[in-house]
Amino acid sequence: MLKFILRRILLEALPTLLILVTVTFFLIRLAPGGPFSAEIDVPPEVKAAIEAKYRLDQSLPAQYFGYLADLTRGDFGPSFKYKDFTVNDLVNKAMPVSFRLGVTAFIIAVILGVGAGVTAALRQNTWIDYSVMGVAMIGVVLPNFVLAPVLALIFAIWLKLLPAGGWDGGRAIYMVLPVAVLCQHYISVIARITRGSMIEVLGSPFIRTARAKGLPMRYIVRRHALKPAMLPVISYLGPAFVGIITGSVVVETFFGIPGIGQLFVNGALNRDYPMVLGLTILIGTLMIVFNAIVDIVYGLIDPRIRIK
Amino acid sequence: MSQAQDQALLVVDDLHVHFNVGRESLLPWSPPRLLKAVSGVSFTLRAGETLGIVGESGCGKSSLARALIGLNPVTAGSVKLAGRELAGLPASQWRPLRSEMQMIFQDPLSSLNPRMTIGEIIAEPLRTLQPSLSRVDVKHELDRVMARVGLLPNVINRYPHEFSGGQCQRVGIARALIVRPKLIICDEPVSALDVSIQAQVINLLVDLQKDEGLALIFIAHDLAVVRHISDRVMVMYLGKVMESAPADELFSRPQHPYTQALLSAVPIPDPQRQRSRVIQILEGDLPSPISPPSGCVFRTRCPQAFADCATDVPELREAECGGAHRLACRRH
Repeated sequence: MLKFILRRILLEALPTLLILVTVTFFLIRLAPGGPFSAEIDVPPEVKAAIEAKYRLDQSLPAQYFGYLADLTRGDFGPSFKYKDFTVNDLVNKAMPVSFRLGVTAFIIAVILGVGAGVTAALRQNTWIDYSVMGVAMIGVVLPNFVLAPVLALIFAIWLKLLPAGGWDGGRAIYMVLPVAVLCQHYISVIARITRGSMIEVLGSPFIRTARAKGLPMRYIVRRHALKPAMLPVISYLGPAFVGIITGSVVVETFFGIPGIGQLFVNGALNRDYPMVLGLTILIGTLMIVFNAIVDIVYGLIDPRIRIK
Repeated sequence: MSQAQDQALLVVDDLHVHFNVGRESLLPWSPPRLLKAVSGVSFTLRAGETLGIVGESGCGKSSLARALIGLNPVTAGSVKLAGRELAGLPASQWRPLRSEMQMIFQDPLSSLNPRMTIGEIIAEPLRTLQPSLSRVDVKHELDRVMARVGLLPNVINRYPHEFSGGQCQRVGIARALIVRPKLIICDEPVSALDVSIQAQVINLLVDLQKDEGLALIFIAHDLAVVRHISDRVMVMYLGKVMESAPADELFSRPQHPYTQALLSAVPIPDPQRQRSRVIQILEGDLPSPISPPSGCVFRTRCPQAFADCATDVPELREAECGGAHRLACRRH
């Protein structure tokens, strides 16, 4: 196990991250404009001073290796946009917000998605199955930038039950709408994957054996069918978890939530190089970590693919 | 009540298993199509007896077996286990009866949950069917059946994929045995195994039957195996019983044209006799069980069919040679 984790970090995670940093570093500098091109006509001395402060006066390779050197110390550099803050400060502040929003949405998505999928699978080709899958299909195709204003209109403006935006330290009432919009897509996808793989598993010979043993259906689903049916869902959940935490750009922007998504949008628009790079590394790392977790969970569920 | 019925363990009377296979056309009011997998099978199984069921693929052997144990719903007819009616019983009332009737399947490896250890698989029926048993008792029973089927105690924590097909089938048998059933239904239990392993598993089943007084329903298409293990053999064709007789009687003096054709296809392990034997080859394919032929279902391929065969459905009745030999044919 330890050997597996070490091999994962040394041979897979670090090279992947290095490539990711390199590509992002040069790509973002290819984009026209610079972090300070918006500022109106500063005297050349001032501009030079600013560029010197942020190491922009050096050659590109020098900037690159300077950045890498900072990275090894865990320093993601200063933000170009929020001048008194470092990237570390901003991410540290935004991360818990996105994390809280994302984890809540994720848990709800898994519970409702798996529940709906299993229900539909057990009642395959009945009206229950068709309606669950119909709703899930709408959930898959409905974009969140449509659902968000509709829900805000209904629950905030007409019914006046919930706030239309804001965060307020993550009070429950402020979380309802963003979480609902965020998990909508994931519930639907999880429900559809679960249904499909559950139907397949229920048709397999060892489930027939379990039925012939005389086990009750509910027990068979729980003890025999759920684990193998979860394999495709779990491989989806790894990347989905990262996506739900970091990718809630629309939701965070619409509801004015100070999370990672907002940082990313602002960073990209303002050519805030260290911010974009920092977030890219963060998301890349999360992606690698959660995919590794998925692999480990796989082994726990299926002894045949246990890591040797 | 006669003596025979007193001893009867399983009485099947006019059993029908039909499957709905969609409609004749896309129109919702067009008549539904029924696949008659089993139509009107009756037999009686005494305690400790082995009944072999043979027939070509698609003749309804497996559907019959699955209906007996409740994996397929029974469309009509009656299945009585030790006097209790099983057909149409809700799942909850089935459960206590499971201890009396178990089933072994064809593909041993895929019939076992790959995520459970051998010990968990074998003990599971006991844990759910007799939850009052203590952990120690379950372990004791587990050791008993594992020893009985020839599995070493140290394999208890291994997984099915670490075993050969023969060993997996032993696990399947142990799993069926642990609840001390009176009847085990074996649906082609050895057809996925190598010949040498087949012999081991069959001998194990024969031993078990003798020692524990088990009744077996043994489904196979290997006639030699069926002859070896069965007391009585039932020949099925297109969901109906064609002939039924004590094993030796059936194999030495087959009466029904279908049985004769089946037996003539068995190779003889003697080159000279093999060369000189007459093989009766049946013409054509098995007719569709969705629209079976009128009259005798075998008439479309029967070398001895005559006009009446198309109109009269032959009843399964005692053959002229008497005894327990029964057949369904107008010719006899």
